[in-house]
Formats: sequence, structure tokens, C-alpha cells
Amino acid sequence: MTACPVLSIAVFAPWAGALLLALMPRVTASASRTIALVSSLSTLLAGFAALSLFDPRAAGYQLVERHAWVSSLDAHYYLGADGLSLILVLLTGIVAPAGLLASWKQAREFRLFGILFLVLQGCALGVFLALDFFHWFLFWELSLIPAFFLIKLWGGAGASRAAYQFVIYTLAGSAFLLLGFAALFVATGSLDFVELSRLAANGGLSARLAAVGGFWPKAVFLGVFLGLAVKVPLFPFHTWLPPAYAEAPAGVSMFLTGVMSKMGVYGFLRILWPIFPAQMHAAATPLLWLALGGVVFGALAALRQSDLKRMIAYSSINHVSYCLLALFAVSAGPFKTAAVASSALGGAILQMFNHGLSASALFLCVGVLESRGGGRRGIGDFGGARSAAPVFAGLCGIAMFSSIGLPGLNGFVGEFLIFRGVFGVAPWAAATACLGVLVTALFYLTFWQRVFHGPRAGASAGPFPDIAGADLAALGSLVALMFLFGIAPQLLVGLFNPLVTGWVGGLAPP
Amino acid sequence: MSLLPWTIYLSIAGALASLAAGRRSATAARWVALATAVAAWGVVLAAAAGFSPSAVPQTLVDLDWIPSMGGRYHLAADGISMTLLVLTGLAATAGILFSWNIGERTGEFFAFYLTLIAGVYGVFLSADALLFFVFYELAIVPKYFLIAIWGSTNREYGAMKLALYSFAGSALVLAGLLWAYAAGGAHSFALPDLAAAAAGFPAGRQVAMFALVFFGFAVLAGLFPFHTWAPTGHVAAPTGASMLLAGVVMKLGAYGCLRVAMPLFPAGLAFWQPAIGWLAVAGILYAGLVALVQDDCKFVIGYSSVSHMGFVMLGLAAANPRAVAGAVLQMFSHGVIAGLLFAVVGRMVYDRTHTRRLEDLRLLPLYRLLPFGATVFAVAGLASMGFPGFSGFPAELSILVGAWQASPLWAAAAALGVLIAAAFTLRVVQLTFFGGAGDGETTVRSAALPPITWPERAGGILLICAAVVIGLKPDLLLNWIVPSLQSPLFRAVIKGGGP
Repeated sequence: MTACPVLSIAVFAPWAGALLLALMPRVTASASRTIALVSSLSTLLAGFAALSLFDPRAAGYQLVERHAWVSSLDAHYYLGADGLSLILVLLTGIVAPAGLLASWKQAREFRLFGILFLVLQGCALGVFLALDFFHWFLFWELSLIPAFFLIKLWGGAGASRAAYQFVIYTLAGSAFLLLGFAALFVATGSLDFVELSRLAANGGLSARLAAVGGFWPKAVFLGVFLGLAVKVPLFPFHTWLPPAYAEAPAGVSMFLTGVMSKMGVYGFLRILWPIFPAQMHAAATPLLWLALGGVVFGALAALRQSDLKRMIAYSSINHVSYCLLALFAVSAGPFKTAAVASSALGGAILQMFNHGLSASALFLCVGVLESRGGGRRGIGDFGGARSAAPVFAGLCGIAMFSSIGLPGLNGFVGEFLIFRGVFGVAPWAAATACLGVLVTALFYLTFWQRVFHGPRAGASAGPFPDIAGADLAALGSLVALMFLFGIAPQLLVGLFNPLVTGWVGGLAPP
Repeated sequence: MSLLPWTIYLSIAGALASLAAGRRSATAARWVALATAVAAWGVVLAAAAGFSPSAVPQTLVDLDWIPSMGGRYHLAADGISMTLLVLTGLAATAGILFSWNIGERTGEFFAFYLTLIAGVYGVFLSADALLFFVFYELAIVPKYFLIAIWGSTNREYGAMKLALYSFAGSALVLAGLLWAYAAGGAHSFALPDLAAAAAGFPAGRQVAMFALVFFGFAVLAGLFPFHTWAPTGHVAAPTGASMLLAGVVMKLGAYGCLRVAMPLFPAGLAFWQPAIGWLAVAGILYAGLVALVQDDCKFVIGYSSVSHMGFVMLGLAAANPRAVAGAVLQMFSHGVIAGLLFAVVGRMVYDRTHTRRLEDLRLLPLYRLLPFGATVFAVAGLASMGFPGFSGFPAELSILVGAWQASPLWAAAAALGVLIAAAFTLRVVQLTFFGGAGDGETTVRSAALPPITWPERAGGILLICAAVVIGLKPDLLLNWIVPSLQSPLFRAVIKGGGP
């Protein structure tokens, strides 16, 4: 227990901002922008406050807040942070304000937009910090609502359908998730992630589930797995993603890809793996194939897209699949040295953060192109934009290279560590995944050439002002962070290293 | 606490008063009705504040009534009754707020309305089976008139069907109770006496008696396949009556199953348990799928009520403390949420646009024209989908957990039901309010919708607050419900690990 509930403050500050906006029906658009941005930045502030109280060398959860909630379900209001959750809180604190900045001029009815956006931000924080299923699931599910309305009301022509599809898919996953946890509760009497992981570590969990019936450990694992796999999304549960990301307004796509896709990966790391280690080990080979499928097909599909937003969307599937590839490789085992496993896991965490930065920056870039091009965002709709908007072209290029994984930029470190780790366990998987990197480079370079090079053509033939104002502020800070974490990844690594060491120490010895 | 019987007397007095006031002015009748409902609810809340949960119902009044038959005027309350009394007060108050625009024979409308409420309070307080039955009938009769006189689509048909189903159900209940009374020879209708007598019956007889009483009540609870009165009745009823019908009247059936049928005939429950569970699951899935393809948005809500009541029945069928506590919580939750949904569709939308067809509504950008209605409907939709943070979630989670203990297959099927509920709820919310988003032409045609009035605002906010408060703090009710399930009467039927 800490004296100051800093994690609660982190979660509820965006909601307080949303409430403030909701209570001011006649606020001007510019005032509502300021309020939304300040409330959104509160996460970064709260994240730093939490960092200052956080001891990275200590194991276990810190800044814990735990209060009884529902006695008959033994549910608790339970927040706690470790290196992984803090990194994701910081990521949220970076991507969310950037997303708001990217929507600065584009979003009509900014007050409502800001309310929904801030609610969404608070939900994501709740997911990253809650340690009790009842508490966690509340935020997990609630996040769908603002996301649904943000896509539907501010999105493009096909937004209604995309939003509906997105919510139905995710809810289908959640129903399985809920059922799985209902079963876990029946078997163990607990909804507490920490307690369940502890039970799983000493083998009690599977035994208790098996007491219900021989196939229940597998069935329950499958239920929880499906719920998380849809959210990530893991291939082949990804079909909701491209339309949702493509139809959402740019600022919302930034948040969806930067933060919400991490909710699923986080679920894999925080829930599925610790609670079902044996089942994951047993299923590791097919899971590796699925992750590889995401890596390869995501990249190939991105190559085939002419809609730039869909291209980035597919590349997101590719990039997020790397994180899962690493996790599945570790659970497949056996690895020769502990360093292999910790590099894979550390790489996965870094990749979550870095993909958040680079993918959201790229969505921002496409959003800028879209607004300049009067709603057009096909790869053939532009040409020679670099001469008209050199700053924009430069920043966009850096974001692309970060996404490809150029050394010196943030994307490199995470992918390198993942490849190193996966290679130690499943060289064939690492080799195949390299193909993904190659294709990624191919489609980003195509994007770059067709849009920025050559004679000015299409939508960029007319007046094409360079990036400025809020867009520049957002993209500029994202790019600055790409350099920062590319040059000094240890800033992040130091936060989660003890955590990863602990994870690896808990694994079965090779 | 001892004032609780006044809920019944106040409601009857209010019915007479609003009838009298209605002769002078409609406004007076409305205010009389509202004051009555609020006063009765106030009595409940005051009692709730001082209520200390106990296993055995706490007797409030116990007088000789029909000495020749051993019928007593015995009112008592435990945590389950308290939960449903709070719901009744809430639903009655909100229902009156949403009936504010009844302009035709206003006094009579509220007289019937409050009589129904008096019957409902009576049922939830009765500790004597005969008295229970009398109040049960008192609640059914006014329903017919409310629908037949003030209803809309197909009102004669809906009212008649509902009345016939209800009476058929009550006939079964009465037959079962009289049989148990006569066969037992205890000369008493008190539930413990009947249970003691029934304990001596051979199992076959208990099975038959249980079937009569349970399925008789289950008709009113909307158990599949006895549910068909519900959608037509809900659709035909005026808004306030739909709210009561779905909100509290269906609960009377479920409450009868729990309070009367289950404790009296444990052997009967043991025999019928699998059948009830599967019927409940069938209802959840079937009604959900039917709701998915309706074109009239009130039918969607009507079928969703059947689906949600399926969860209540599933909880009862699972017959373990967690599932039954979840079932009672679900009764409360569904009462609030169904009331809210009917209020939006019937009062806010239909009374303004004069259409409930989704085909028509999808052409209107209603979320711009009625932002308050859109917000309330979206929130109510979430609550109805069983979203965390609303009362449906702890209820359905408890039922799922409890059902899992009874049969994992039930739980799996019910989880599928949650998903279907999400699908049809999203569909109806989307088509009703958000269909015409960005469609400029129709905006002009429909720009002149009357604004939302204060009673609608007050009623909507009241119900949403209830759903959220119980959703975030279900212990407020569970701490009443759970001890009640320890009562000696339930000991034989509700088994398994404690919550």
C-alpha cells in the first residue's frame, strides 16, 4: 500500500477530463481541445510520478492498491505496476496526446470526440494496471464503447460496418474469455491474476481444472486464448482489423494501433502465459505457426494494398505478430541459455513500445496525406510530395525506417532481440520471419517512392502545404522519441530487465 | 421495517386517489400517482436502510385471515424480498415518469397502474401461499386493462393472449398448491408448513406437484416455450405498462418459482432440474436469435426480455447459492434495464416519430435529433449486453459461474447467449439511433421532433444510476440476498459451495 494512490490517479485523470468536458456543454472548440490535451497528457505526468516511486530492481508488483469489491466473487479493486505495465502506461501517455493533436483540426464536434477519446485512454490504462479479472475486464470491455463511437461517428464511408464488425469480433472473443474465467473461478475460487499465476506455477491450477473433466484445462485455455487472440489480433483472427484501422479517423487509428493492440499482447504476457504455462508449452508449435502466419501474410498483404491506411494496418499485424512470435518461442523451449529467453521476452516488450511509436506516427502521416488529398489516400493518388512538403517527407521517412527496423532508430533493438531469441529456439521460425522484414522494407520503400518522389502528380499536384501546427508537434515528438529510444534503449530495458530475469528464472530449466 | 406493509396500502390508496383526481384534471392524477409511488418507494428505502439481513424472513404482520382454510394474512421480508421491493419502487416511479404523457382517461390509467403495483408489493411480501396467490392475481388483472385500453399495435390480441397465458399459468399454480394443501392435511398455507407436509409425499407426487407450480409460475417468467405472450404483450402495452411488465411482472413468475415451487418440492426440483436448465438455455439462445431479425424495435426489446429472463431461470435451475444469488440480482438488473429500453423505444422514439420500424428509423439521424435518447439507449444497451460496470455483469457472471458448477455445457451455451445479446443489442442501437449518421436530406424532414421532457430525463437518469450503482457495487444487494439463501426452506434445494 502506498500513501498516494498514484495508479488510481493515472487511470482516472483522463476520465476526470472527460467528465469535465461532459459538464461543459457550451465550451468552445479551442477550449475543449486544450482541456482534452491537458487531461490526456496527465498520463505522462502520472507515469513519471509512478516511475519516481518505482524501484526497478525490486521484483513483483509495486504501488499496489487493493480493496474488497464484490464479496461473493471475491473480486477486488486491485491495481499494481511492474516494468511491463509502466512502459505501456508511458506509451499511452505518448500516443494518446499525439492522437489528439493529430485530430486537432480534423475532428468536428471536438468536445464529444475528446470525451470519447479520454474515456478510451482511461480504459487502456485500467487494462494495463488492473490485476484482478473483475477489475481488468471492466476496462477491457468498456474500451470497446468509445472506440466503437470514435470509428463510427468520425470515420470514413464504410465506418459503420467496420465499427460493428470490430465490436462483434472482440465481443465474441470476450465471451470466451469470460467463460474461461468463470471456469477458473469455479475451479480455484479466485479471479486474482497474481494468485492464479502462483497456483499455475505450482501446478495446482491444471489439477483443479482437470478434476472437473479431463479436457477442461485445454478448453479453458482455449477460451482465454481466443479472447486475447482476437484483440491482438493473432492471425487468422485479424480480419476485423484492416477495415477498422482504415475507416477510423487518423488520430483514432493511432490510438488503436499504438495502444489498443498492445492490450491484447499485454494480455498474453500478463494472463495467458503465467496462468497456462503448461498448455502454452503444449500448443507452442501451432501457435508459432500462427504468429509466423501473421508476420508473413501481414507483410505480404501490406505489399498488395493500394490504400495507404490499409497498408499500415496490415503492417501492424506483421509487427505485433513479432511480439507473439517471441513469446511463443520462449514457451516452446527448450532454449540453450537463459540469455536467449530473456532476449526474446525483452525484445517483445520493446517491440510493443516501439511499434506503438512508429505505427502511430505512420498513421499520422497517412492522415496528413488524406487531409491534403481531400479524402484520397491511395498510393497512386500522390506523387512528388517531397518537393512540396520536405519536412513532412523527412519525418515520414524516419517513421518508415523506424518501422522497418533501421539501426539507430527505435524499431531495430526490439526486432533484433526478438530474432536473436527466436533463433535460439526455432531457427526455422526466425528465418521465415526475416522474410517479413524484407517485405516490410519493400512496401515502405514503394510507399515512399510513389508518394514522395517523381514529378508532382495527383492530389499533391495542387497546393500541398507542409506539415505544421499540431500535426508537426505530434509527429515531431514521435520522431524525436524514435531517435531517443533508438540510441538509448537502456532507458526502457532498465525498467523491465529484473522482470524478464524473474520470468526466465521461473521457466523450467533447460 | 415494520412499515413495509404500507407499500401495499399506500399504493391502493393512491390508486383510489388518482381515480378521484383524474375526474378533475389529468395533471392532478399524474402528481398523485407519482407522489404515491415515491412515497411507497421511500418506505422501502427507509426499511432497507435499517434492514439487517437474516436467513429467515422477518415477519411484519401475521393475522388470521380465512380461519376455515387456515389462510393467514402473513407478510414477511428477507433479503430477496427487499431486493425486489427496491426494484418495484424504482420501476413504479420510473414508469409513472414515462407515462406522464398519457392524456386519455389519465386517472383510470394510474388507478390500474397503482393497483398492479400494490399486487406486486403484496406478492414480494407474502409468506403465506394463499395470500401470495391472491396478490399474484391482483397484479395480473390490471395488466389486461392497461394494455387493452391504452395499448398500441394489436392491443386486443396482445392483451387477450397475455391474460389467457397468465390465467392458465395461475390455474396450474392453484391446482398444484391446493393439491399439496389437501394431500398434506396440515390445514395451513404457510410455506414452512406446506414444505413440511410435502416432505412426506412420495417422490412421484412431488414431481407432479412441482411441475404444476413451477411451470405455472414459469409462464409468467417467460420460460421457453411458454414465453410467446411476452413479446406481443410488451409490444402492445403502453410504455409505462411495458416497463412494469418486463420490469416487475415477469419477476413475479421467477419469484414464485424460487419462493414457492422450489422449497416446497425438493424432490420435484431434482427431477425437473435438467429440463428447466435446458429450457432456460433454449430460451436464451432462441429468443436472442429471434431478436436479431426483428424489424420492430419494441419486438427486439420484447424478445431480449425473454432471453434475459432465461438467465434468471438458468440460475434457478443450477440451484447453487452463487447461481441463485445471481438469478435474484439478474431479476433486479433486468427490471431496471428492460424498463429503460422500453422507455426509450416506446416513449422517447415512438411517441415522437410514430414508427418503431427499424427500416424507417435507420433513415433518421436520431442521435442528432434526440441526443439524450441516444445516450440513454446506448448506455441501456451496454447494460443489457452485460457489460462490466453495469448491474447485468455481476449477475450474469454469478449465473455463469454457478451454471458451470451444475453443468459446464449450460455455461457454455449461456456464454453464447451473451454474445447473441451483444449482437442484437448493437444492431438495434445502431439502426434506431445511428442509422442516418451523415445523411443530410432526412434531417430537414424530421427536425421538428418535440424535445425530451423533464419526466423523461428524470426517469432515464434514475434508472441508469441504479444500473451503474449496482453494477459497481453489487454487494449492496448481494449482502442481502446471500444470507437469505441460508434459510431452512432453501437448505434442501440450494446446494453446493457457498458464494
